[in-house]
Amino acid sequence: MKTVITSKGNNLKAYFDPRFGRAGWFCVMDDASGKPTFIENEQAEATGGAGVKVAEKMVEIGVKKVISGDFGPKAKELLDKFNIQMVIISDDHQSIKEIVSRLTN
Amino acid sequence: MPRRKRLRKVVAPPGFKGYKPYGNSKHKKQHVELLYEEYEAIKLADYDFMNHLEASKIMGVSRPTFARIYQSARRKLANALVETREIRSVYGNAILEGAWHLCNDCHARFTIPDQMTNHACPICRSLETKSIKN
Repeated sequence: MKTVITSKGNNLKAYFDPRFGRAGWFCVMDDASGKPTFIENEQAEATGGAGVKVAEKMVEIGVKKVISGDFGPKAKELLDKFNIQMVIISDDHQSIKEIVSRLTN
Repeated sequence: MPRRKRLRKVVAPPGFKGYKPYGNSKHKKQHVELLYEEYEAIKLADYDFMNHLEASKIMGVSRPTFARIYQSARRKLANALVETREIRSVYGNAILEGAWHLCNDCHARFTIPDQMTNHACPICRSLETKSIKN
């Protein structure tokens, strides 16, 4: 199962990004391999429709769970439709590593 | 210990907090609490004209259970009308479709997609979660 965490940078030390559509990077955690891969968000600077496009990308890469700070109504609708679990956590300057360790413990 | 109540699916919560009679005598009476699932039962059976079997499937309960919810809803409404009581909508044992859940331990909010059977918190696996209205 793949889990995505929105991230500000492309490594585990980077901070969690509370935005979904305009997050800098996506940390894709694959349960099978246990290794994170980072994907740059092409929509980070988009003027509109970023949430929907990112949600489509999540469907494309077969993610089952997305962890972010908030989801817009359109992104939420789309993720709901494709049975992707949305998780909202509060942003208190956590690094991706900390979140990953919370997930695996 | 009695058997636990399964959560009833509610597609849309009622758009009101309650109804009050007017033009009646002043003295206050105890209000009637209409549960979300009872509102949903009335809506499915008498507004959408579904039969009880179809309606029960939508709410994720058996047909006899649906009939009981529906009966309770009708009796409450009749009671409120005849005895000029106020009706209040109360959350009850409902689960709102597409609703958010809150973990009491780590305060993460999350959704539970239809296909998912695991209702534990996705972050800390705590079972201390509750659904919240969004």
